[in-house]
Amino acid sequence: MHFAINGRSYDVELDIRTSLLDLLRDRLGLTGTKKGCDQGACGACTVLVHGERILSCLALAVQYQRREIMTIEGLGTPNALHPLQQGFIAHDGFQCGYCTPGQILSAVGLARELQNGVPSAVTANLTDDAVEVTADEVRERMSGNLCRCGAHNGIVEAVLEYLREPPETGAAR
Amino acid sequence: MTPANPAMRRFGTIGQPVSRLDGPLKVAGAARFAAEVRPERLAYAAIVPAAVAKGHVIAIDAADARATRGVIAIMTHENAPRMGRPPRFIEDPDGTAFDSSPVMQDNRVRWNGQAVAVVIAENQDIAEHAASLVRVSYSPEAAKLSFQALLLSARRPASILGQPTEVNAGGDAEQALASARFTVDEIYTTPRYNHNAIELHALTAVWEAEDRLTLHDSTQMLALTVSTLARVLDLPKDHIRVLSPFVGGGFGGKGFFSHTLLAIAAAKLAGRPVRLVLSREGVFRLIGGRANSRQRVALGARSDGTLTALIHTGATGVMTGTIFPEQFTFPARHLYAADSLHLDQAIVELDIPANIAMRAPGESIGSFALESALDELAAKLDLDPVELRRRNEPQKDPTDGRAFSTRNIVEAYRRGAERFGWSNRNPAPGTQRDGEWSIGQGVATAYYPYYRFPGSAARIRITADGRAVVQAAAHEMGMGTATVQSQHAAQLLGLPLDRVTFEYGDTALPPSALAGGSTQTASIAGAVIAAHERLVEELLRLAGNDSPLAGAGPKEVETRNGGLFRKGDQEIGESYETILRRAGRDHAECEAVGTPPAEMMNYSMLSLGAQFCEVRVNDITGEVRVARWLGSFDTGRILNPKTAASQFRGGIIMGIGMALTEETLFDERSGRIMNPSLAEYHLPVHLDVPQIDVIWTDIPDPQSPAGVHGIGEIGITGCAGAIANAIYNATGTRIRELPITPDKVLAFTSQPYGQSRPLSS
Repeated sequence: MHFAINGRSYDVELDIRTSLLDLLRDRLGLTGTKKGCDQGACGACTVLVHGERILSCLALAVQYQRREIMTIEGLGTPNALHPLQQGFIAHDGFQCGYCTPGQILSAVGLARELQNGVPSAVTANLTDDAVEVTADEVRERMSGNLCRCGAHNGIVEAVLEYLREPPETGAAR
Repeated sequence: MTPANPAMRRFGTIGQPVSRLDGPLKVAGAARFAAEVRPERLAYAAIVPAAVAKGHVIAIDAADARATRGVIAIMTHENAPRMGRPPRFIEDPDGTAFDSSPVMQDNRVRWNGQAVAVVIAENQDIAEHAASLVRVSYSPEAAKLSFQALLLSARRPASILGQPTEVNAGGDAEQALASARFTVDEIYTTPRYNHNAIELHALTAVWEAEDRLTLHDSTQMLALTVSTLARVLDLPKDHIRVLSPFVGGGFGGKGFFSHTLLAIAAAKLAGRPVRLVLSREGVFRLIGGRANSRQRVALGARSDGTLTALIHTGATGVMTGTIFPEQFTFPARHLYAADSLHLDQAIVELDIPANIAMRAPGESIGSFALESALDELAAKLDLDPVELRRRNEPQKDPTDGRAFSTRNIVEAYRRGAERFGWSNRNPAPGTQRDGEWSIGQGVATAYYPYYRFPGSAARIRITADGRAVVQAAAHEMGMGTATVQSQHAAQLLGLPLDRVTFEYGDTALPPSALAGGSTQTASIAGAVIAAHERLVEELLRLAGNDSPLAGAGPKEVETRNGGLFRKGDQEIGESYETILRRAGRDHAECEAVGTPPAEMMNYSMLSLGAQFCEVRVNDITGEVRVARWLGSFDTGRILNPKTAASQFRGGIIMGIGMALTEETLFDERSGRIMNPSLAEYHLPVHLDVPQIDVIWTDIPDPQSPAGVHGIGEIGITGCAGAIANAIYNATGTRIRELPITPDKVLAFTSQPYGQSRPLSS
């Protein structure tokens, strides 16, 4: 099977039952994507496919061939961090660091959803073209990413800062 | 590698909000956890859980599993390598097990969910599929499963974590209660809870030789895992190495349980390295959580609010033969100056997974009952609950009369109340409304003991290029260990932070106490201080007679500004580089064990706090939303305000879950946990968590190393009480049963839509 991950192509022989998560972690050694429940309840395995966030534990790898997959390893490295990764450090948006890659990729996906004007359950006015960036809007949209250490405040601060002061790439609003 | 972190170049960063030094690794997904090491020929394991609560396995049909392509071996009690019983935590200095039952050594089933077989295969999917094909027949026996039904057979454990089970002080408390002018006498209940760290329990076990084991384990108990394994496997300790550089959340749940031995045994049986990652369901089945409790708190008071009687008794449901009763009476031993005290706890023994330490075990649930009762008393007295607590502030420890090492809870309350705006609260319940929402504020005291474990060691190496490496087999599961210990060591050594490296997470390093009991920071700091004293002596010796320090004794010098200097004299001294180079050395190294924690014997040492919160309760749905939170803590000196604030907040958020949404549901007919999943066990999510404000007194404890107290657990204490008290203020309804879910709120407050009325108590 052929996969395009973080701009690299991979050819692997794979059992068709393999989830995208297990492909990344166990077969390709991309262990930045985490397994917290393997049943779509925690968000630790969030990756981006064509910029949209999905839960890789609920995705069969076979269905994601030749689609543009981005994992945390493709967003930034310890030596060259993405602005959102830097924001997570500055606001202490993590403690153990296990849910963190999923939180960060989820926030990258969230920024695009806001950019596209996709409303959420807490969006006050559904008829507006743009969605106002508020703390509750971020909280609602990040609620699929569980954090047990309790870094929620720092995560929301980091994401809000990223959305309100987008780096040159230009994100939300 | 680290992005610009201005604190890195600074000397003396204690008290500075330094960003986590391991941050870049964690946010880039490059921190390597136990399930992410990849030895050659790695095999994967999956567990078959028992389907009955008690009995014997009479047959295991594994033919289909064995015939599955890719299956390497199937381990049961019949072919598992022989292993001894694990020694128990607290009871045995080498022990770290909460349950000392043998693991896969006989056909007995001790709880529903215990592992009865392990499938080892070429990959995880094959292992899990084959595990589903294993058919097990049981000879079941009647199991003890109903806490309520067995309450009458509750028995008193010999001790509570080494403390007396029963405490009586100041005369007959029941009699004082009977004759008190104002009384509260209520029953409070708390359910089972599970830790649910997001990282699943994981091990990669590698037998390097017949008698040499390397274990990559997600654990908060490194040294004790080695000593326990040495006994179970009958190996010398130095043949066992455990590595755990990053732990994806612990909260008391990451340690030595049956899964540890199953992975090690499976690797032995398969003759290959084995990785065992529990499924989320497996975590619930194999790793215990917080025990349920039924507690009575009775208070007697005079009309001025001073307590004449404080009674706190009750029972918890624990696994038969285990040793962890949940110390829910500990807060009442130290918090209030009552004329008479009666504190006692019992256990109900059940055929369930062993309950284990979960963030502030005992103190979290005990403070819910005690602090709810205080609030009930304040309402009866028509007295402000903060003032009620102030009037019962003790001058010495109420249980044993020892002096407090430091105690500034009144000040923490004062500052907290001011910042929260407590004086704006209307004490009359059900008076603050916003549409269909009732609003209320509550307060409760947070309490956790100060502990420091003996025996922690640390090593400091100074190199001729003016850098230092500090080593201890400590644990990092999110507390900020590496960051804070680097700050402390840099300050002690007089070096900028970027010249100090802290190495941890490996039993090849000097042994360290477990990460539990909120002890790690003080324990390691104590060891680093001891190693630093030795280092000063060593440097003085190396400096010799050609040094400006010649003739000075160790008490006359200090380390600062990158070297050793005469105390009180800015000029006389020299850099580490100069001393080492003249002595012809490329480094100096010293290792020492921290002084024994005598402070714990001599003083009553407590961490304290005041939890303030505001809730909104929906009249129609019964939903409770936490709108505001302020925690005001008195926990000694804070080494790093950034990581400390996160620790406090993390505890408080777990406390919100404990109060409102979390509960491990247990079927008393089958002994099976019914919601072993993050979809049905409800952790607080982002939208459940308001902005949480935390402040602290930052008054150093003169008796503790570096003036610090542990802060990992205190955050969760008092939370459920503060929330229950706020719900009372909002609605007039007192709910004494956790979690406070909408059904319970509605049962008391429901009313026809549109007829909002002041709610009566």
